[in-house]
Amino acid sequence: MELTLDDYLLVSGLLFAIGFAGVLLRRNIIIIFMCLEMMLNAANLSLVAFSRFNVQNGLPNYNGQMLVFFIITVAAAEVAVGLAVIVALYRSRQTTHVEDISSLKF
Amino acid sequence: MTAILFWLFSALMLGFACAVVFNRNPVASALSLVVSFIGLAALFVLLNAYFLAVIQVLVYAGAVMVLFLFIIMLLDLRAEERRKFNTVVVAGGMIVAAMFVAELYAVIEQLPFRVRTFPPLRLDTALNPGTLNDVQNVGRLLFSGYNLPFQVVGVLLLVATIGVVVLSKKELK
Repeated sequence: MELTLDDYLLVSGLLFAIGFAGVLLRRNIIIIFMCLEMMLNAANLSLVAFSRFNVQNGLPNYNGQMLVFFIITVAAAEVAVGLAVIVALYRSRQTTHVEDISSLKF
Repeated sequence: MTAILFWLFSALMLGFACAVVFNRNPVASALSLVVSFIGLAALFVLLNAYFLAVIQVLVYAGAVMVLFLFIIMLLDLRAEERRKFNTVVVAGGMIVAAMFVAELYAVIEQLPFRVRTFPPLRLDTALNPGTLNDVQNVGRLLFSGYNLPFQVVGVLLLVATIGVVVLSKKELK
């Protein structure tokens, strides 16, 4: 049995769904942040699969891989800033539990 | 052979992704996420994206997850004590995620390229016959067609670094 594009898309979608469920279910803000990274990686997997699928002149379409490269770079910057925000939040509130951070709640 | 490896690494990746969500201890979650990212890098190798696979291991499994572990240990987060579950929220989250999977499966079922496999690559390049010069191709495109975004990303990383330093100061004014 040979692999098809939809195998990769299905795995990518499942990874996204797991990350999505984690964001919805977990209450620890650091775990939520990790699940966000997981969702970004699921998008990366489908981008690389499409890049490999769309062969031009015998080479993969590298435009998709470029997008993945930039996503990884921006995600690294995002993690650095996000974790700094979480540390600042922990300093003022002594908690990483989202239900204890409710001063903006209506 | 490729199919076996694909399903093996997919199972590894998805299993440890579930472990991230269901572990109570944040350190165990972070380490599970490292394994999950390494499985994803293996899938990148199967898709002939060797450069991205290496970057995935270096940047994600290496740098980003070390940063996560560092923060978890800095904040000294213990395993969460059991709080009472908000049943509505848990059920709602599960239902939304399950509906997403069902919808995705329905869409993939009717894709026009469902039975098409990946086309073969032409591997007769002069530099390294029989191999895909992945890093060369990525580098050439990165410094020609994507030169401006590349430089903008450099500025973004600088801004992020400055932002982190400002945010980490003792008092935010």
